[in-house]
Amino acid sequence: MDFDYSVEQNLLRDTLASYLADHYDFETRRAAVAAPAGWRPKIWADLAERLNLLGAPFPEEFGGLGGGAVENAIVMEELGKALVVEPYLGTVVIGGGLLKQAGGALAAQWLPRVIAGEVVLAFAGAERQARYDLGQVATTATPRNGGYVLDGRKTGVTGGPWASHFLVTARTGAGLSLLLVDAQAEGITRSDYPTIDGGRASDLVFEQVLVPADRLLGAEGGALPLVERVADEAVCALCAEAVGAMRRMLAETVVYASQRKQFGAPLASFQVLQHRMADMFTALEQSAALTLVATMKLDRPADERALAASAAKAQVDKAAKFVGESAVQIHGGMGITEELSLGHYFRRCTAIAAQFGNADFHLRRYADLSLAAA
Amino acid sequence: MNLDYTPDELAFRDEVRAWIKQAYDAELKQLMSQSKNGYLDKAGQVKWQKKLAAKGWAAPGWPVQYGGPDWTPTQRYIFQSETSAAGCPIVSPMGIAMVAYVIMEYGSEAQKQRFLPKILNTDECWCQGYSEPGSGSDLASLQMSAVRDGDHYVLNGSKIWTTHAQWADWIFCLVRTNREAKAQSGITFLLADMRTPGISIRSLPSLDGPIDGEQEVNQLFFENVRVPVENRIGEEGLGWTYAKYLLQFERGTAYGSLLRYLLAKIRRIAREQPANSGGLLIDDPDFRRRYAELAVRVEAVDAAELRFFSSVESGTAIGAMSSMFKLVGTELQQALSEFAVEALGPDALPFVQDSFAEVRGRAPPVRPIPDHAAAVTPLYFNYRKTSIYAGTNEIQRNLLARHVLSAAGVRG
Ligand SMILES: Cc1cc2nc3c(=O)[nH]c(=O)nc-3n(C[C@H](O)[C@H](O)[C@H](O)COP(=O)(O)OP(=O)(O)OC[C@H]3O[C@@H](n4cnc5c(N)ncnc54)[C@H](O)[C@@H]3O)c2cc1C
Ligand SMILES: Cc1cc2nc3c(=O)[nH]c(=O)nc-3n(C[C@H](O)[C@H](O)[C@H](O)COP(=O)(O)OP(=O)(O)OC[C@H]3O[C@@H](n4cnc5c(N)ncnc54)[C@H](O)[C@@H]3O)c2cc1C
Repeated sequence: MDFDYSVEQNLLRDTLASYLADHYDFETRRAAVAAPAGWRPKIWADLAERLNLLGAPFPEEFGGLGGGAVENAIVMEELGKALVVEPYLGTVVIGGGLLKQAGGALAAQWLPRVIAGEVVLAFAGAERQARYDLGQVATTATPRNGGYVLDGRKTGVTGGPWASHFLVTARTGAGLSLLLVDAQAEGITRSDYPTIDGGRASDLVFEQVLVPADRLLGAEGGALPLVERVADEAVCALCAEAVGAMRRMLAETVVYASQRKQFGAPLASFQVLQHRMADMFTALEQSAALTLVATMKLDRPADERALAASAAKAQVDKAAKFVGESAVQIHGGMGITEELSLGHYFRRCTAIAAQFGNADFHLRRYADLSLAAA
Repeated sequence: MNLDYTPDELAFRDEVRAWIKQAYDAELKQLMSQSKNGYLDKAGQVKWQKKLAAKGWAAPGWPVQYGGPDWTPTQRYIFQSETSAAGCPIVSPMGIAMVAYVIMEYGSEAQKQRFLPKILNTDECWCQGYSEPGSGSDLASLQMSAVRDGDHYVLNGSKIWTTHAQWADWIFCLVRTNREAKAQSGITFLLADMRTPGISIRSLPSLDGPIDGEQEVNQLFFENVRVPVENRIGEEGLGWTYAKYLLQFERGTAYGSLLRYLLAKIRRIAREQPANSGGLLIDDPDFRRRYAELAVRVEAVDAAELRFFSSVESGTAIGAMSSMFKLVGTELQQALSEFAVEALGPDALPFVQDSFAEVRGRAPPVRPIPDHAAAVTPLYFNYRKTSIYAGTNEIQRNLLARHVLSAAGVRG
């Protein structure tokens, strides 16, 4: 058993951390998310070209660095600390993850483009009536002329406005299939909106959208196991991001509590606040550990993998809420303003809690999986 | 002991219901359902309060001589539960529920005549200038200086977290008139016209992401602001006494009916949102179990308040018990707002900045989520304030502990 990062993994973390320290300060980020575009393509290009970071979790045969899920967790934790909005989750973890799992010609053709930063991918899996159940899909892909015709609606497509391609789940006959679709394809109507964490998302309508046959990931009708696996990878990545955000919220709270004085004494001298910070620390440490365990179980059999991922998400969502709410409380009035970065971490954690299944969803999934055998 | 209403009380309840039906119109309802902080915009707020005033119901707690409705405690309870159950807006407290009580108790006859009718009728809006950047929980350390210059005080300093200062015609503030005295005895209570030269306002957008002009809190800067001495309440140096008197009203809110309104909002969400397993959330056993747990906590608060307030006469201050109600009430407000976010599921994510855009005829934003979802996550963010304002919950626990211990003759 080994919970330590390798030399390469430490280097990956330090390189990214120092790049973000230089290029992703809070005020610059704040201006960027408030601007119409909502992100900075220059940062994305740097992550690809200067840091060679987008290849972190991919095999060397595609031009990657040969890492995997742990590398994603390392990257996501750092992105979480800096509140990065650029679409690593959508493009690398989910898009790249689906391509990697699907394998074949599509992976060989598209993973190098992902790694080079040439494409931005967004996952179009969710539908309004399905809440968090990615298997409940009404969108259809009808075979025609050797390709498919796509019809339906997707909601909550994170990073939708920035995407060059969507990964779309659709029903083909009895099964679920996954298609890589050009964002500019005819018949797609996109409506974009901001999200509570400063991000951007889209709702998509597909009307008679033609997709060539070679844009099918994996086997026709066989996408559900692929989607479930990569959804668990996304869950672990989000947990790692939340851990990064929690670290910053705790650190900022400790600093604030030692500097701010009331009644002639630093806030940090009040025992009730000390205990609260001790509990924040505890929540964070357990979340970080459980996230790593779940990340390392991503290659285990499906049920074991899912159980660990759901445990991590339920724990991390609850912990992040506690850490965020406590950090706000200890900051008093300052905590409720948009002026400090604290509130932006809190909002990001609230968004994470609502992505890829909230605590309710994962608790039930955990119960179903762990009590099924009993 | 008896829980039933008398025939007169039932008739009163029907009168309240009938009035709400016609007064709480579609515009007000639409604003309320889209509110990210519990308030309407200024126009909506004023419209609602003027309707109440026209009916004589704007200030249930006021003594009848100043225009209060002369209700029994039970009538007040009925009025509160009926308005809350219907989801009516709250009355902005700074005038009617705060400064008015100080003016009644300590103000001069001229001040009463000048200010009270305009407060009652919402002809003038008020804001509260207590907190300063360096003085929050430790309010007595406040530093804004007021130096006597003939018939005026000259004010210099800054106030912060001033709710709706941008809407206010008047501000009531605590200022320091004596630096030699013990902290509490150098404080004076002044009323200042917000149009006085030298007052400037900086908006402090809160986590719910308000549009410009709709922000809840502000920072105020006072630069050589001249306030006539006749706008002083009572005596110089006794401001702390007056403020303490007022605090007991500030904390004297009843939460039960507000919490019931939040429960109703959650039920509405659950009737429309899909469940993971198909069907609607309202039929989901996990949802129902959590709903019931929270609803039972609301019942407990409501029962404790009903029991307590039914024995309290109009116009009296309620002391230590208010700390207890503030704690349980705000913690439940937060828990319910959080539960509402979870009930939304993925619909918690889209952010609607100008949630009043449609009702106010401004360019409507793209709305990927139904109306009942638009203001829910912002309200959760906004409600973090409830454990911070009006005395933080840590401070309330300190006060309550002192009360519990002193009952046994122990000093904390
Ligand atoms: C089942 C059991 C087995 C034990 N076995 C052993 C044993 O084998 N050997 C042995 O030597 N002892 C043993 N102990 C004793 C144990 O270590 C003491 O009970 C413990 O250290 C607390 O001391 P106390 O009981 O005097 O409580 P106190 O120290 O009087 O504490 C009373 C309460 O005040 C709180 N408190 C005290 N100081 C502070 C502070 N600064 N801030 C906030 N809160 C405070 C405490 O948390 C506690 O809630 C045992 C106790 C139990 C219950
Ligand atoms: C939305 C909102 C609206 C407001 N409106 C107004 C208004 O209209 N007018 C006005 O004057 N003020 C207003 N306030 C200010 C409010 O009264 C203060 O925020 C509050 O008194 C806390 O002060 P602070 O923000 O400086 O926090 P601090 O006093 O710095 O407190 C920071 C943290 O330390 C804790 N703490 C402080 N002292 C102790 C102690 N002795 N023991 C244990 N813990 C302690 C607090 O509980 C808190 O968690 C408003 C605040 C908010 C959030």
